[in-house]
Amino acid sequence: MTQALELEVRNLNFFYSSAVRALHDVSLPIQNRKVTALIGPSGCGKTTLLRCFNRMHDLYPRHRYEGEIIFEGRNILSDAEDLIKLRSRIGMVFQKPTPFPMSIAENIAYGLRLKGIRNKSELVDRIERALKQAALWDEVRGKLNNSAYDLSGGQQQRLVIARALAVEPDILLFDEPTSALDPISTAKIEELIATLKQYVTIIIVTHNMQQAARVSDMTGFMYLGELVEFGTTEKIFTTPEKKQTDDYITGRFG
Amino acid sequence: MTHEQTRKIQNYAALTLSGLAALVGLFWLVFILGDVLTNGISALRLDLFINDSAPAGVAGGGLRHAFVGQLMVTLAATLIGVPVGVLGGTFLAEYARGRTFARVISILADIMVSVPSIVIGAFVYAIMVRPLHHFSGWAGAVALAMIMVPVVLRTTEDMLSLVPWTIREAAFALGAPYYKVIIQVVYRGAATGILTGILLSIARVAGETAPLLFTSFNNSFFSTNMNGPMASLTVTIFQYAMGPYDDWHRQAWAASFVITLFILGLTITGRALLKWRYKK
Repeated sequence: MTQALELEVRNLNFFYSSAVRALHDVSLPIQNRKVTALIGPSGCGKTTLLRCFNRMHDLYPRHRYEGEIIFEGRNILSDAEDLIKLRSRIGMVFQKPTPFPMSIAENIAYGLRLKGIRNKSELVDRIERALKQAALWDEVRGKLNNSAYDLSGGQQQRLVIARALAVEPDILLFDEPTSALDPISTAKIEELIATLKQYVTIIIVTHNMQQAARVSDMTGFMYLGELVEFGTTEKIFTTPEKKQTDDYITGRFG
Repeated sequence: MTHEQTRKIQNYAALTLSGLAALVGLFWLVFILGDVLTNGISALRLDLFINDSAPAGVAGGGLRHAFVGQLMVTLAATLIGVPVGVLGGTFLAEYARGRTFARVISILADIMVSVPSIVIGAFVYAIMVRPLHHFSGWAGAVALAMIMVPVVLRTTEDMLSLVPWTIREAAFALGAPYYKVIIQVVYRGAATGILTGILLSIARVAGETAPLLFTSFNNSFFSTNMNGPMASLTVTIFQYAMGPYDDWHRQAWAASFVITLFILGLTITGRALLKWRYKK
């Protein structure tokens, strides 16, 4: 069975400074319109890897990439990469909800305006579509002009997902998206992630193994900056090849 | 005497002393405000805002020239000082965040805030009034702007730093360039705080006399020419209060009342905005 590749990581090393090496020779394929989960104990480099995909590390000084991440046939780690364009294709949802200090509608319009969409009726249509995709529409219709801060934490997180979806990215990166939420909101986000893969490729970092098992198709287990094992979620959670993986998923460490 | 008793006595002594100190401070504050209020209200006439000054010694006349001059100089100072302060604060909080250079500038701005305003007046006298050989409203505006800049700059820097960094990351993650992140997201989050800083800085310069003495000087006549000497309320109060005529004293009281009310209004608005911001 061959799957279309969305991204391919080849021999990636990442340094926070010349002394701190956070990723060791990581290689993995990310399949198109699948959910790939990255799991591992705190400090294993899973978030660091995730933030390589949209070059978030570039906001801070003294970082260094080695190796390649291939997206649409080019290495997005090259200096020539247009980061603004890249980030509009590869969206990100953070650990804590990050609504902007503006209304619900404006939050979503923000990304659309960045893409140059100014037509009022098109904005209205796309705001509605994004909110429906993020399963938030029924809760916020009629109060789109309220402040985004009036929403609950779980609703804010779905608003942020809607905002990211509205610009029609190819890939969505989730960095522990439910770790600040209650179980009911968490269940809603997980359900949402399962439905979203019809539109986008998803990479999710989580320290909740049950979550990885529930939502993902592929899973990578990371430890101390290395990708220890990568395979289908079913295989990683039932018959892992490496002992370290087995120890982690059975809760013996981490 | 037991240990506990000693501590009780010490506590009582500290409470009494600090209470007394507060009373002494409050007494003078209430005294001054009360004096300005009673003398000011009784001296307030409509003429004050309509008429220009009468010849010395002649009763009547008003302070229209001083009100207009004060407004023009303060407005010009705001137009110069606010953009410099806001943009400078933005540079420190955003582009130079965390660099030693930014920290040094911040500390220098803090020192600038406490520089005696007469020093700034003398400085502007040296760089503007002397080379041009005349006092001018513009020189007054520059002096006041120099007092405003560090206040606005530091408030802007602080308010921008309060906007969580994750909000910026989220905007970057949507593909926004930095200037759009700042203008459309960060400024929105910090808007009320920055506005408060601006209002408080205007309140700070509106009551200044010393820097104007050396720069816009004073003018007994109505003038809207910013290139010449200009009347201001504060310098006029100084001149009238020192003068020999009862009518001058009355007008000085009235002007003191108006300017105190103006500054009080600005300060209260600023504080209210700040409170409202944190309630959100």
